[in-house]
Amino acid sequence: MSEPMIRFDKVEKSFGTFNVLKDLDFEVARGEKVTIIGPSGSGKSTVLRILMTLEDITGGAVYVGGDPLWHEEKGGKLVPASEGHLRQMRTQLGMVFQSFNLFPHMTVLRNLTEAPRVVLGLSKAEAKDRAEELLELVGLTEHAHKFPNQLSGGQQQRVGIARALAMRPKVMLFDEPTSALDPELVGEVLNVIRGLSEEHDLTMLMVTHEMRFAREISDRVCFFDGGKICESGTPEEIFGNPKEERTKQFLHAVLEGD
Amino acid sequence: MLFGLHWDTAHGDLAFAASILPMLLIGMWVTIEASILGFFVALIIGLILSVLKAAPSRLIRWPALAVAEFIRDTPLLVQLFFLYYVLPDYGIVLPAFLTGALALGIQYSAYTAEVYRAGLEAVPHGQHEAARALDLPARRTFTHVVLPQAVPRVVPAMGNYLVSIMKDVPVLSVVTVLEMLNVAKIIGDQTFNYMIPLTMVGGLYMILTIFASALVRFADRKLPKRGIALR
Ligand SMILES: Nc1ncnc2c1ncn2[C@@H]1O[C@H](COP(=O)(O)OP(=O)(O)OP(=O)(O)O)[C@@H](O)[C@H]1O
Ligand SMILES: [Mg+2]
Repeated sequence: MSEPMIRFDKVEKSFGTFNVLKDLDFEVARGEKVTIIGPSGSGKSTVLRILMTLEDITGGAVYVGGDPLWHEEKGGKLVPASEGHLRQMRTQLGMVFQSFNLFPHMTVLRNLTEAPRVVLGLSKAEAKDRAEELLELVGLTEHAHKFPNQLSGGQQQRVGIARALAMRPKVMLFDEPTSALDPELVGEVLNVIRGLSEEHDLTMLMVTHEMRFAREISDRVCFFDGGKICESGTPEEIFGNPKEERTKQFLHAVLEGD
Repeated sequence: MLFGLHWDTAHGDLAFAASILPMLLIGMWVTIEASILGFFVALIIGLILSVLKAAPSRLIRWPALAVAEFIRDTPLLVQLFFLYYVLPDYGIVLPAFLTGALALGIQYSAYTAEVYRAGLEAVPHGQHEAARALDLPARRTFTHVVLPQAVPRVVPAMGNYLVSIMKDVPVLSVVTVLEMLNVAKIIGDQTFNYMIPLTMVGGLYMILTIFASALVRFADRKLPKRGIALR
């Protein structure tokens, strides 16, 4: 068994005195598609944000591709990571935000070419080729020269996905990618994510409230509660035959009327 | 006689006004130059101040806050005298015009720093996070993500300070800068007619500030801000 793509080892995260993650152990294998579900405030976003280095950890260790994320080795000891180390590690991860966070003053194309050119050193033509390929993948070829505010929410989120993919990450993180969308626009974004889930090499970690979708694309579903994994298993196990009382309650509450 | 030009006191008010207009225009040009230079100094020092005031290290932040507070709490005239009379003691001798423009710029940098701060804070946090997730370097994030979204938000406020600076230029007359008001005063001293040159200064100032305000509005309209929600 090879090293997991992502490993949380007794991770603690507090904001002041408020303990969000407690002793979290969590693994995602290479190429695995994992969905995190759970009640509001259970620490789902925090897990993704820690991986994207938007939030640091207050205890334990996180490994990405076998290397410590928030630490680096210096003289045989693990010390807190420098910005240089974080930058190096970050290139393996891409994130899709609930609120898209596109750069509003850049065209769709510029949104997709900015980081590949600046960070990966791609030439203008290379970056453009890559961007056009991705725009085709997300079905937005004709919108390359528009500004984000000229697009619908669903289209903006598809640009968000393409922008993250343009960096060729090994891991894609999705934090409630469809929660900010009108119901009729959810489908087009899920379709794009569904397509990605067929890529064997891509590891995916997604927080979502779209239970049916989670069931369809996930290899594994983790139910978070109070900063811990309460229950984890295949979609069939979690949705079909949950063992924990809390999982049953949660699923009962969210699936009501579904 | 002033600037090698003569005034005409013998042929009535209109002839007098016509004869001193070129002198006042020379003074007005100095006023414009001092305003623009002072404005640029304010823009640059203000930006530096706003960055320092937000520095993560207290060792940088606190002195910056103190300096900004000091600048804001002391009159322009005091700062001007300080630069004009104290700096030479330390071997820094600047022409009166430069000293004046510098004093204006420093005074207003305390205000422009606040405008920058508000502009930078108005850029949503998600923009910083997206840039970080894409691994954009901090400098690039500032210049290509944050500033382009902050600048359109600050232009109207900055423009108002340009007009204020213009109206503060007469203070420089106390260190002998021959700006518009000083020219008018010299003419008055020599011809015993203050009424006409001062009225003309008022009129010229009005034209100047109306023009500057229009310029600011024009810049505001022309600035690239597609896609940026300003409010
Ligand atoms: N920067 C912060 N400062 C203080 N508390 C925070 C901060 N970020 C998150 N929290 C708190 O940590 C807890 C977990 O937050 P997190 O965003 O991970 O929850 P979540 O499971 O994603 O919830 P939701 O479904 O509402 O998005 C919440 O109670 C939140 O209030
Ligand atoms: Mg969340």
